[in-house]
Amino acid sequence: MNQNTFSGTESYIVSPELKEIVNVAIALERPLLLKGEPGTGKTLLASAIAQSLNKKLLRWNIKSSTKAIEGLYTYDTVQRLNDARFGEGDVKNIANYIKLGPLGQSFASDEQVVLLIDEVDKADIEFPNDLLAELDEMTFTINETGETISAKKRPIVLITSNAEKELPDAFLRRCLFHYIEFPEAALMQEIVKVHFDKLDEKLLKMALAKFYWVREQDQLRKKPATSELIDWIKALIVGGIDLKQFENHIPFLGTLIKTERDLEKF
Amino acid sequence: MIFTDFFYTLRQYGIKVSFKEWHALLSALDKGLIGNSLDRFYNIARAILVKDESEYDLFDQIFLHTFRGAMEPSDINDQIWDWLNRVPLERHISQEEIDKLKKLSLDELQKLFEERLKEQKEQHHGGNRWIGTGGTSPFGHGGHHPSGMRVGGESGRRSAMKIAAERRFRNYRKDLTLDIRQIQVALKKLRELKRHGSHEELDLDATIEKTGKNAGEIELVFAPPRKNQTKLLLLMDVGGTMDPYAHLVSQLFSAAHASNHFKDFKFFYFHNCVYSRLYTDVERSKTIATQDVLNKYNEDYKLIFVGDAWMHPYELFFQGGHIDYFSKEKASGIHWLQRLKQHFRKSIWLNPERQSYWGADTIAAIAQIFPMFPLSIAGLEEGISKLK
Repeated sequence: MNQNTFSGTESYIVSPELKEIVNVAIALERPLLLKGEPGTGKTLLASAIAQSLNKKLLRWNIKSSTKAIEGLYTYDTVQRLNDARFGEGDVKNIANYIKLGPLGQSFASDEQVVLLIDEVDKADIEFPNDLLAELDEMTFTINETGETISAKKRPIVLITSNAEKELPDAFLRRCLFHYIEFPEAALMQEIVKVHFDKLDEKLLKMALAKFYWVREQDQLRKKPATSELIDWIKALIVGGIDLKQFENHIPFLGTLIKTERDLEKF
Repeated sequence: MIFTDFFYTLRQYGIKVSFKEWHALLSALDKGLIGNSLDRFYNIARAILVKDESEYDLFDQIFLHTFRGAMEPSDINDQIWDWLNRVPLERHISQEEIDKLKKLSLDELQKLFEERLKEQKEQHHGGNRWIGTGGTSPFGHGGHHPSGMRVGGESGRRSAMKIAAERRFRNYRKDLTLDIRQIQVALKKLRELKRHGSHEELDLDATIEKTGKNAGEIELVFAPPRKNQTKLLLLMDVGGTMDPYAHLVSQLFSAAHASNHFKDFKFFYFHNCVYSRLYTDVERSKTIATQDVLNKYNEDYKLIFVGDAWMHPYELFFQGGHIDYFSKEKASGIHWLQRLKQHFRKSIWLNPERQSYWGADTIAAIAQIFPMFPLSIAGLEEGISKLK
């Protein structure tokens, strides 16, 4: 299509379906909302897109106390108060105390950037609604100075959610949505290979088989995900495990299973 | 008309597709982002139209229903694609018409859409041909689609029809499954935050006042964090007819227990029905007087019952169906249930039993006292909205 076609990177394996959706989201200039189990690479996708398209990545990590306006700008009243007290800085110029947040920076940037709004569901329930106008029109005004900031190039917006809170319909209507399924064994094999220079095929096969078996066990509080699998394989390699040992027990189970309650089940 | 059918069937079955989203799909088609591959259409339509993985399964079924038999395995009926894909939308709809469109109701919109399609069909002299068979098809001529967007048949992926038919997302349906995390998400909705602003926020008024009192020496005051006010009381039926649901109930319990969304969370057990004593442990070895529970926990607690409400009518209705050894008071089960209902301002009953059985004597009687919901994510969500 053009230079804005995302095709994955060497270190990030992406399914063809997701690749398509990313490209449609870019073409339609709509935010892409990603959900999925932890460890399915939601956050990594943003850096892969930035890397693949050779664009800068701006990351906005959402916490429970995050307010929508902080993404646009913050007005450092405390600093100004302090400066006024000690007679430092140009206190009269409010603009000195305005700092653009990640969303504001993405608008102000001369180049198109990739903006990641990470874990949007962590914030207050009203948070996404407060961003609607800004995400639609890509423009906002700094109340304190009256300055209007409009996007020079519309950023590519990625939003991740862990479904802790439901997102408002009005917000969802503006997004494309993709649920990243946990990778199947074949795709997982590729993902794992990216992380290792040389990997014994037999070990990989065995490890994957055990890994998916563990995941299938009912009543696990936390299913192991990709990052646990990679850590585990690293441990297996360092520990120099004999493949025969695999048959009736799982070595280094602690790297795979993180909670005590779950460990008891094995 | 297959394409509009798809839109209205989705809406009919509760996938809230808005015109905005539909328009986004049309412009994706219009920009040649989808090409003529049905697989790609499935994937992208789902990303644009469906906003929750719990609706993927429904989408799959409707997709299958709508497009099955309407095309060869991987291609889509060209009458739709001719109209939607080859000719840019603007050429067919003037600004004036778009303004008019915005004022129309959905029914009128549909009619208009179909008329447009008919016109288009006539211009193409009978459009019911498969792509690539008539020579009049626009596909395969190249040049129209922006280069680099390959049309159809990518390797390493399965066809949309197969994926849809597999119904891989069945387990994500809200009405069927319950896992701890999902329950927690549902329970989180019970939160009642008293807004004081977060503690990172400067309390300007207090700062000014303090600073003034300090004779200009600046003293910063921050507002206290927000606190959750919800208190939850969970009463669970254990043993007997509830045994098949023990796992389900324990999941609900774990979720409630693990979530830190509540100012207070208390739980007790009962067997079949509540009488003058409740159990404090699941083995039913220790008890507490129901009256004490009423005294201790005020009306602000949200009461959630979990039970199948399935018992011998005698156990529910008859005075002395259970005898209170301590107060010598003879009270029927239903009497206790009514007292609980009256004591707490908000209460619901979650029932794991299939809804088709809810007509049974005791279930129906209890459902008259407490609003009853199925023990599923959908039921829990509905119930929780009652508790708010």
